[in-house]
Amino acid sequence: MAIKPLAIAACTLTNALGAGLAASLRALRRGESGLRPCDFEDAELNTWIGRVAGLEEEPLRGEFAPFDCRNNRLARLSLEQDAFGAAVRAARDRYGADRIGVFVGTSTSGIGATEHAYRQRDPITGSLPATFDYRHTHNVFSVADFTQRWLGLTGVAFAISTACSSSAKAFASAWRHLRAGFCDAAVVGGVDSLCLTTLYGFNALGLASTRPCRPWDVERDGLSVGEGAGFALLEWAEPDDDRVLLLGYGESSDAYHMTAAHPEGAGAVLAMQGALARADATPTQVDYINLHGTATPLNDAAEDRAVVRVFGPNTPCSSTKGWTGHTLGAAGLTEALFVHLCLEHGLIPGTLHTRRRDPKLGANIVLENQQRPLRMALSNSFGFGGTNCSLLFGRSPPFSGERSRGKGGK
Amino acid sequence: MNPLAVEAVGLMAPGLAGWAASQAVLAGQRPYVAEPIPAAMATLLPANERRRVTVTIKLALQVAQEAMAQAVLAPGSSPDTGRTGLAVRTVFASSGGDSEVLDKICTALTQPDRLVSPTHFHQSVHNTPAGYWAIATDCMQSSVSLSAYDGSFVAGLWEAVALAWADQARVLLVAYDLPPPFPLAEHRQIVAPFGVALLLNPAPSANRLALLRLGRETTGSADRLDDAGLERLRAGNPAARGLPLLRAIARGAVGRVILAAGANATLSVEVEP
Repeated sequence: MAIKPLAIAACTLTNALGAGLAASLRALRRGESGLRPCDFEDAELNTWIGRVAGLEEEPLRGEFAPFDCRNNRLARLSLEQDAFGAAVRAARDRYGADRIGVFVGTSTSGIGATEHAYRQRDPITGSLPATFDYRHTHNVFSVADFTQRWLGLTGVAFAISTACSSSAKAFASAWRHLRAGFCDAAVVGGVDSLCLTTLYGFNALGLASTRPCRPWDVERDGLSVGEGAGFALLEWAEPDDDRVLLLGYGESSDAYHMTAAHPEGAGAVLAMQGALARADATPTQVDYINLHGTATPLNDAAEDRAVVRVFGPNTPCSSTKGWTGHTLGAAGLTEALFVHLCLEHGLIPGTLHTRRRDPKLGANIVLENQQRPLRMALSNSFGFGGTNCSLLFGRSPPFSGERSRGKGGK
Repeated sequence: MNPLAVEAVGLMAPGLAGWAASQAVLAGQRPYVAEPIPAAMATLLPANERRRVTVTIKLALQVAQEAMAQAVLAPGSSPDTGRTGLAVRTVFASSGGDSEVLDKICTALTQPDRLVSPTHFHQSVHNTPAGYWAIATDCMQSSVSLSAYDGSFVAGLWEAVALAWADQARVLLVAYDLPPPFPLAEHRQIVAPFGVALLLNPAPSANRLALLRLGRETTGSADRLDDAGLERLRAGNPAARGLPLLRAIARGAVGRVILAAGANATLSVEVEP
């Protein structure tokens, strides 16, 4: 039997494509990438990044000043878009501040603040500057703490940090906490910001491309690191709810290798099957898969095998990493909300920058945008440590692929 | 609220080297003496792997390993994966993860060549112990790694209980934190290493150490420990905020414990044998 679905009551998204959902939708429709040659701080790396403009000039002030770091600035910028705060305030009046949980995924949180502090160590004592505030910046919980306070909520709150599946798993934790009665609604988030740790780390592993990433391309040679933030307000769906619904989720561990994906995608298979099983859906009901699709040679190959094993070679798939870069701990939320946009607007995005599909790969990779009504779509997120999470979203007919086409949507 | 059975406990901290050796201390029958934790931990890792991993990873795996060694599980109880590994979901709760690794990375980034070690980079993620645990036990079940700063133990308990109910399956909660190295130690004080693992079963269990019922989060003061050394641990390590619960389990009596859940919040837990 299918699990009780959660409805996305409100959502917001900020990444290299701009602040707010409309910026992402516009860029997706126009095929405009947010990637640029690396210009983050003083990093001298021959790679492309998805940087959010303007964060450098927008410090957090007043009671939020202790939280000031790039990661929380990015969270704040995102929380200010799409009337998300107003939606949460209305939910707060409806449910109570202590009955709305906060589950935010992040991989590196505000480690950038610690990177800066280490460059300012006292030459004699080795101490970090006295102004360094580890708790409110670098600590993993910082961004969940900030989000909860910014929204004036007082219920259960924690940060989920499972590398690049972090914020996909926020949806699963939110569902469980609502199911257990620990909260009546939930704010799920994903926030990860550029830092030297990830830029130099992925370069050290030889996983960062010198060009904009090209998922599933025969010449793909690595990922582009990005940053982003996204939030969604979740509550139980009503009967005949016409909002986008979380229909199922699946989680698994590869139990194979700390950084390399299982070559057959065994864990990814379990995650996708888990999402279908919880939704009581069949593979043929899924109209689109937003791949994890980082564009590293081995990751794409493993995900390809897993997708073909579960769905066969026909289900349309694409990776949107060419637009945003890999936003790491924010990727799950970012791509869940891309799927939300796709379901609302009847859009299957292409796979930006990819020219020639790898003939060794079997999934039905869409290269150019398509307009068609969508009923159900899946989002995949996988990460270091062999962590996997798949989310299945959908909506009931009449679904608005037709409506947006009727309005002349591109 | 339906209760959960605690089927096994793993424990490692100064003077608390393993659950069996610590019960009398926690129950107040033996004095607490803060001896250093043993060097030999996480023996389930292959020897070459054990040399490569940090104390943080070993501490987390040690308590997980100890709890699972006590567990009575049906063999081959993982039909959904087709693998022989453990059919136990995991929740890893830690305030700050592996500060030793983060210190090394941030130090490397101050050098002119900025050479981040690939090993340090992959060990820097918060779910590193979860990844090593899955590999060591061939366990493909889902796993969550989380942080709620000083409320990490209670956040992990919420998540473990929610997960156990949702999936009607056993969940292993592992909470751990260690003192960070200098200079981070000046900005985050954790007084001593502390790791604890609880194997929770939402189904009735004959092999239980205790039954738990979570109350609601509230404000007020958390339970303290009578022994000054144990109280120093509880107040000085986020994972050790669970000590009042461990004391209640060790005593084997019916009672209610109040755990520190965060800045000003507490969680009440009803405990019975």
